[in-house]
Parts: sequence; structure tokens; C-alpha cells
Amino acid sequence: MDFSFVFAIDWGFIFDQSLKQAVDINAIVYALAAIGLNVHFGYAGLLNFGQVGFVAMGAYGMGLGITYWQTNPALAVLIGIIFAVVFALILGVPTLRLRADYLAIVTIAAAEIVRLMARSTAMRSITRGAEGLNEFIGPFRELNPFTPSAEYGFGPFVWSGNRFFTVVVGWTLIGLFLLLVWQLMRSPWGRVVKAIREDEEAARALGKSAYWYKLQALILGGVIGGFAGMVMALGNATVQPDFFVAPLTFFFWLVLILGGVGRVWSPVVGSIIFWALITFIQNLGRQMVDDGLIPTSIMDTTQVDQIRFWVVGAALALLMVFRPQGIFGSREEMALDAN
Amino acid sequence: MTSSLGLAGLGRRLVGVFVLVALMLGLFAMFAPPAMADNEMVRTRFVYTDPESGERVPAVGVLVTVDDSNGEFVGEGESDADGVVEIPVAGPGVYGMTVDPESLPEGVFLLDVERATALVEVLPDRTGQAIFQLGNEDEVGAAATGRVTARAIVQLTVEGLKFGVFLAMAAIGLSLIFGTTGLINFAHGELIGWGMLWAFMFNFYGFAGIFGFMEGWPAPFGSGVNLALAIPIAVLFGMGFGWAADRFVFRPMRIRGVSLIAAMIVTLGLSILIRYVYLFLFSGVPRFYRDYTAQSAIDLGPIQITPKDLITAGISVAILIFIGLFLQQTRMGKAMRAVSDDRDLAESSGINVQRVISVVWVMGGGLAALGGVFIGLSEQVSWNIGFRILLLIFAAVVLGGLGTAYGALVGALVVGVGIQLSTLWIPTELKNVGALVLLIIALLIRPQGILGSKQRVG
Amino acid sequence: MPTDLSHLDRIPGVAKPDPILVVDNMRKRFGGIVAVDVDHLEIQRGVITALIGPNGAGKTTFFNVLTGFDKPDEGSTVFDGNIIDKVRPDVLAKRGMVRTFQLTKALTKLAVIENMKLGAKHQRGENFLRALISPIWRDQEHSIEERGDALLARFKMDHMRDEYAGSLSGGQRKLLEMSRSLMTDPTLVMLDEPMAGVNPALKQSLLDHVRELKDEGISVVFVEHDMDVVQGISDWVVVMAEGAIIAEGPPESIAENKEVIDAYLGAHHDTPLDLDAGLETDSGEEEE
Repeated sequence: MDFSFVFAIDWGFIFDQSLKQAVDINAIVYALAAIGLNVHFGYAGLLNFGQVGFVAMGAYGMGLGITYWQTNPALAVLIGIIFAVVFALILGVPTLRLRADYLAIVTIAAAEIVRLMARSTAMRSITRGAEGLNEFIGPFRELNPFTPSAEYGFGPFVWSGNRFFTVVVGWTLIGLFLLLVWQLMRSPWGRVVKAIREDEEAARALGKSAYWYKLQALILGGVIGGFAGMVMALGNATVQPDFFVAPLTFFFWLVLILGGVGRVWSPVVGSIIFWALITFIQNLGRQMVDDGLIPTSIMDTTQVDQIRFWVVGAALALLMVFRPQGIFGSREEMALDAN
Repeated sequence: MTSSLGLAGLGRRLVGVFVLVALMLGLFAMFAPPAMADNEMVRTRFVYTDPESGERVPAVGVLVTVDDSNGEFVGEGESDADGVVEIPVAGPGVYGMTVDPESLPEGVFLLDVERATALVEVLPDRTGQAIFQLGNEDEVGAAATGRVTARAIVQLTVEGLKFGVFLAMAAIGLSLIFGTTGLINFAHGELIGWGMLWAFMFNFYGFAGIFGFMEGWPAPFGSGVNLALAIPIAVLFGMGFGWAADRFVFRPMRIRGVSLIAAMIVTLGLSILIRYVYLFLFSGVPRFYRDYTAQSAIDLGPIQITPKDLITAGISVAILIFIGLFLQQTRMGKAMRAVSDDRDLAESSGINVQRVISVVWVMGGGLAALGGVFIGLSEQVSWNIGFRILLLIFAAVVLGGLGTAYGALVGALVVGVGIQLSTLWIPTELKNVGALVLLIIALLIRPQGILGSKQRVG
Repeated sequence: MPTDLSHLDRIPGVAKPDPILVVDNMRKRFGGIVAVDVDHLEIQRGVITALIGPNGAGKTTFFNVLTGFDKPDEGSTVFDGNIIDKVRPDVLAKRGMVRTFQLTKALTKLAVIENMKLGAKHQRGENFLRALISPIWRDQEHSIEERGDALLARFKMDHMRDEYAGSLSGGQRKLLEMSRSLMTDPTLVMLDEPMAGVNPALKQSLLDHVRELKDEGISVVFVEHDMDVVQGISDWVVVMAEGAIIAEGPPESIAENKEVIDAYLGAHHDTPLDLDAGLETDSGEEEE
């Protein structure tokens, strides 16, 4: 076989991109969403299949804070948090006393409701339909201490001023939430939550209200997801409903499972690895199509972008069967026993 | 043991169903398929009675916007000197034309204020007409009927029942799979898409769609067949897919001891994989079947319905009745209900649970495929209808009672009718949202559903 | 506290001098079957009461309703002077009623000492906001841990304190569940078939621990199949059959009770029950 194609591909570019994307805004967003999901599922055993809805709530809440309620950035962030909390209540109150599957069904439906309503013409005056919110970024940019036109970083990790600001804020948030989750899980609160996850009845027999703790966990993980949405909004300078399609929730799930459920930092590692790999695969694919190594009769460049869905779908299925603890989780901790 | 007689009997029954369906579908052959073209438009004419002259005069400068059935913006326009506005659309389908009441002339109002949006079906190479009733000040005051007319209610209810029976076929499989295995199959939407897309392929390309070398051979190998023949093939494929899914994916997982939660996530992963493979193979553009797509509605008493809808709904009802009888009267049907109720008890009574589960998957796959084709015929064929239908199925089975076939049926009919009737009050683009909101409310009030039993829930 | 109840009438529903639990008109149906049909029952404070009956008698359902894990169709229960109808189990535990489970629920992914600490009530650190600041709960956590260690020592489990509960044997898990339930500082301990699946060597140890509970003034109610155990430690026996209470009395009186004999053996017998032979059903056998 002729391996000369190896030279037709710009490996340097692909590696640089993969490294950069591993820590860029997308990776941050996914890491935050997965940290939230880790609280939901890893620690509390909640099946949240609508994390993308929380992300949307945070993004829209923050965006609307500026465009609709015309407040300052701090209050806009608070509004984003409130949206996420309300969403958690709407989902949790009816379902947390029921079997876990019902929460799964409700969350997947609710996240889709959020997207459909956001893009509807009925709500157009508020959410601006499919075009979304585009005018909220100004006040945030004013907070930026970095020079927008300058470049920051080294090697492949270079960003322009505005984007760099978002990257810094994003990683700071990751650090804060990791600390928060770590502290909570080593506290008695964390102990109760872990107990509830394993055996709700045992915890209740000891005087702990399972419903109340699960609700708190849902809210906490949801708010962290909301912050993921806010970082996404800052990074894209726009909030559009079609960012928040259902498959995205399962990208977050893959990141979580890949890193290893139930460890504080594994969602972050999972996100980094995921983005490095996906970027690598997609750039490789794109170049192979561009160079004609993959004929366009089989696949063109837009279709290359769909590869990530196949990868995620297949990886999710395979991991759950063959290695549910992911890379860093422990099989024993992976309490997926059917109860 | 019950085995051999049961299986042979089952086989005979399935063949019987097939023949019946194929014969009924032969009715389709009576309707010739017209070709597809690109001259579709949505049109309306605004006229009202001038209160002074008493003559019918056109309303000029009325603004309208047109959205497609997904709520996507298509175009907008303004009525001309004759009161006419025409907006071209991309292809046949159902569109919504919305009037901006502020743009109506002074003293002119919509008679039906709540319905500023009219639904229009646009047939291939045709112009769809939207009708808006305008009235002057005197008439509006005198308008006796409210926004909701009896006729509209009946029409919407019928449409809701039609969609409901399609949904029911798709939902029964999911409910039974849950009942017998405890698994919520999040990939069920892709079973629906499977049937829908295979029917499309056989309708257009025949086997040559896969085996390119067959191009030029006689149909159904080299070219497409009439939809009436493509449908049974698609159902067969659906049954095969269901069987294979259980045999090669879910049964090994059960044997391996994979937990139900893990299995659920597996179905989620598979659904994403499969759906995006569909996108890759089919492309993102919605298409229509070659045959029977464009039909004019006929008047049937107070309602208007197309022949294809009538026939597909009729077939669906027949099949649902058959399924009902099957579950009640046949050995396998009773075994299914027994396993759904209490698996261990059924097993210790000598029922071969593994076989029951296999039959459930085959049946579920076939039903989902058929439901998919009928929905595709009623609306349009696209790669991701499966997901939207999945959410409606969830609403249906939660409302009706998760785990029972009858619950799925009742729930699906309620959802179908509910969705259609809701358009009297909420914008059409949000009608699916209504079903999902209903789902959440149902969980608050009666989580076990209409027919479910309480222990499945807490 | 009076533990000598021998002067009481041996009638179902007889009043007790100082009841800690009173049940009135409790009914529960499953489909067409009456699972519980209790007119009146009083549990005396500070004694060990056994709840026995043949399979299908409704003991488990009754037990679940009393401990808040199931809801009756009608009826009221008063615990320590407070009405507890429809009260959830976690609230009951906070009020002083704790239960154990027939199939032990040791939390396998937590260490033994963590299991113990979980049981303690009024923990500041269990509040979400306070949990964020360690200094608020650290001291309390230490004192809880000391209490836990002391209890573990009493149950001879202290050497296992740092092991994951998942690595404990069945018998050790029983001890863990019992000792853990004591961390809630209960006034009433409800034991669900505490001897189910327990080897004879451990049985004696468990019996001693149950007796200790009584010495500390804790009331005990336990469901049991093992008649030896019932004879051995109970001060009072309540017999259920077909959802209703058919007999009450000191353990000796129950063995000779005609109704009880009929209920167990389903026929008319003139001889008292021979408690040493044949009556023991398989331990751990489930009843509806």
C-alpha cells in the first residue's frame, strides 16, 4: 500500500489544533457541563438526560439579563443561575419521588421543550427565535482586562484578547467548581448523598430525606451546567436555540463516562481528552477529503463534521458495556447495579 | 412444552397479517402518482365588505409571514392592489400563513381573532390557498361564534386520531419492551426512522439502492416499486432489525449482567449513531414518497380527509385491533402480558421468557416501521423524525401507563388528539411542546398513567 | 418501667400501661386481598415485643406501614403521643423510630465508620450551605466519630472501622446495621427479621445486643419466624394471621393458644405447639 499520503497531511497543524481545542472554550463548556452531570449522576445517582437544557437556561438567562432586562453583567449571571434553579425545580419536584427512569424521560423532554420554545415565533420578541440573542456581549467585553487586539499565550495555545478572557474566566470557573464539589463530597452532606445513591431506603431509615437531598443535587449540578452555558454564550457572543440540541447532552455524558464517573476531576480530564481526540479525527478527516484521499463521493467536508456524532454514539454504547468506569473511575464505585 | 405449536402458530399468524396488509395496500394502486415539481406557492386573498358601499373590496397592504411545519420561517409578503399575496415555498407540505393584524386596513378585523394563522397544505406543483375571514366593524360586533367552531373541533379530532393510531403503533413496541425487559429503549425513534427510510429507498431505487450493480434490472431490484409494495418490505426490515437488536445487542447485555441504566445509555448512544448515519445516507432535506403523496382531500361529512390518510388510518386501526386480540387470545400474547406483569412469576410458570422478549422486539420493530412509513406518508420523510416521535411516544406511554400495550394505545390517542386540538389555542409550531408539558403534568397528578398500576412508579 | 405484663388480659388489642405505639383501625388492601386488618394494637414502652405469624399473615406489610415505608388505606398510628399517619420514614427516624431491614442494607461503598457516622442526627455538616465550610462541622464530626467508634467497640466491630462495608460478611453487616441504627438515638427500634440468614453462633450475640437495648430503655419491636428467638427474649408476643391480630400475650401463653396453633397448622389440634421441632420455616423465606 502506498503510504505517501502520510506526507500530504499537515500533521503539525492537526496536532496543534488538537492540543489547543483540548483547553479551548468548547472543552471548558463540556467540562463544566460534565462536572454538573457528575454531581447529578456520579454522586447522587440521578439520571439527567437534559443537561443541555440547563446549559441553555444559563446562557439564555444571562443573555436576556442584558438584552431584555438591561441589567449589568453580575445581575445577568445571577439571572442565569436563577433560570437554572427554576428549571431544576420544575424537573425535580414532580419526578424525584418516582423511579429514576421517569427523571430520564422528563429531562430529555424538557430540554427539547426549552429549545423549541426558544426558537418559536411566539417567543420571538424575547428570545429572537432561531437567530437568537446577539447583543449581550458588550458589557462583558468592557470587563475584559486584556487587550482585544493582542494575542496571548504560547505555542499552539494562542488566543486573541477577548477570547483569552473567556478562556481564563472559564478555567477559573472550572477550578472553583471542582473545589466546591470536592469540599461538598467530603462533607457529611456528601456522605448522605452517596448513601442515597446506593440505597435510598437505608438513608431514609436513618432519618435523611432522600427527596430533599436529590433535589439539592439536581439544583447544584444544574447551576454548574448553567455556568457552562454562560461560558458558551461568552465564547460565541451569541445564544442560539440550535446550539442546545438533544445529542449535546450525550456528548456531556460521554465526557463524564470517559473520564470516570464519581471522581471530582475526571469530567475535566474527560473533556480534554475528548476534545483532543475529536479535533484530531475531524481535522484529519477534513484534510483527507480536501486532499482527495477520501473521495467526495463517499464523504464531503460538511459530512466530516458529522463523524463526531458517530464517534460519540458508538463510544457511549461501547464504553457502557465494556468499560463503564471510563479511564479513571473504579469499577466498584461504578454503582450501576440495577435496583 | 408450548413451544413448537406456539411458534408455528405465530409464524402462520404473522404471514396472515402480512397478506392482509398487502391486500389492503393494494387499494393504493387505484391512485396514480403525479410527478414532483417546484412551482409550489401559498396564496391568499383578503377581501371585506365595505360598510358604506356594501361591496366586497380588497384589503391592500396586509402583511403575512409563512412558516413551514417545523416552525421555520419561509417567507413574507404584502397583499397587492387586488388583496392578493403569494409566497413561493420550497416544496409541497403543510405551511402556516400568519396575518399581522396591525397591518389590516382601518376598521377591518379578523373575524376569528385567535386564529391569525391558517394552515395550508401545498400539493406538488400547486398553490395552496389560505383563507382568512375579514370583517368590518359592524360584522365583528355581530360575530356570534367564538374562535372555536364545532367543525374545527371535529376536523382536528379526526386528524388527532389519525396521528394517534400511527403513534400508537410506534409506542406499543416501546411499552412492551419496557414491560418485559425493564429497558427504556431510547433508540425506538430510530426503529421508526428505519421503516420510513427503507420504504423510501425501495420506493425510489429498489435493491439497486444498496447493490448498485443491480441498476437496470427489473423492479424491485433495479428500480423502485410502488409504495404499496415498499411498505411490507420496510415492515419486514423493521421486524428484522428488532430481532437483531435483541439477539445481538440486548440479549448479550442481559447475559453479561449489564445493568438497566447502562443499557439505557447504550440505547442513547446507539440512537445518536444510527440517527446520524441516517443523516449521512439520506441527507438533511426532507423528501416525499413517490406515490400517493399528493392527494386532494375528499369531503366525508363534516371533515375533510385524503384517501391515503383514510386508508393508512384504517389499516392502523385494523392492526391495532389485531394486536389487541393477539394479546388477549393467543398463547404468546398472554405470555407477553404475563412477563410484563411479573417476570419471575411468568418464568416459574414455564413461560420461555427469552422467546417472549424476542417476539416483543420483532413485533415492536415491525410496528414501529409501519408507524414510521405511515407518518412519513402523512407528513414527510426525514432523517430525524424519529427523535420527535420518540418524545411524543414518551408522553403517550406515561399518560397511558408505562409497560402495557393498552396504555400505549390510550396514551397515543390522547396525545394525538390533544396535540391537534391544542392548535386552537396555541401556535401550531408549539403543538408538540403541549404534549411534553402534558407529560410533566401527568407525572405530577397520576404518575402511573391512566391504565398503569401504582407499584411501577414509586 | 414495668416489664412484667403478665397481669394483662391475653386479648388482641389489650391496652398497655404505657404504650409507645398505638394503632387504630388500620386497613390495607392489595387488589382484592386484605393485607392488614388491625382494629387496635398497643406496644408497651421499654419492652421487647415480637410480631409473629404464619406466611402471608401480613406482618411485613403491617411492619412497613408502621415504619412509614407504606401507606395504609385507613387507620391512624400514634407514636410517643404524636399522630404519625402518612409520615415518611425519614421523619419517623428523626422522631426516634428507626428500623432495620430483613435484607441488610449496609452501604457497601462507604467505610464502616462512615456508615456509623451517617446514622447520627442533627449533623450541621449535612446542610448544604454549612457543608461548604469545614470549621462549622468538623468538631461535631469528631464527636460523632467517637460515638461511632464506641458503639462499634460494643459490637466488637471496631477493628473493621475503616473497611468498606462491602467487604463485610453477612453477619457482620447485620451487626453494622443494628449498631448504625443506634446512632440515631432511637426510642423505638423496629427490627425486620433480625435473625434471617444468621448463623447460630452470631444469633446469640445478636440476642444479647437486643437485650442490651432494653436495658438502655429502648423499646424494641421485631418480626420473627424463629420461635426460639421469640421465646428467648420477648416480653410480649403479638400474633397475626390473615391481616388481623389473633392473639397477644407473654410468650409462654402463645404456645398454648388454640387460635395461634390453628393459624400455623391450619387444623384443630389439642396439643400445644412443640416449639423445638418443625415449626421453623426456612429462614429468609419471603412472605407477601
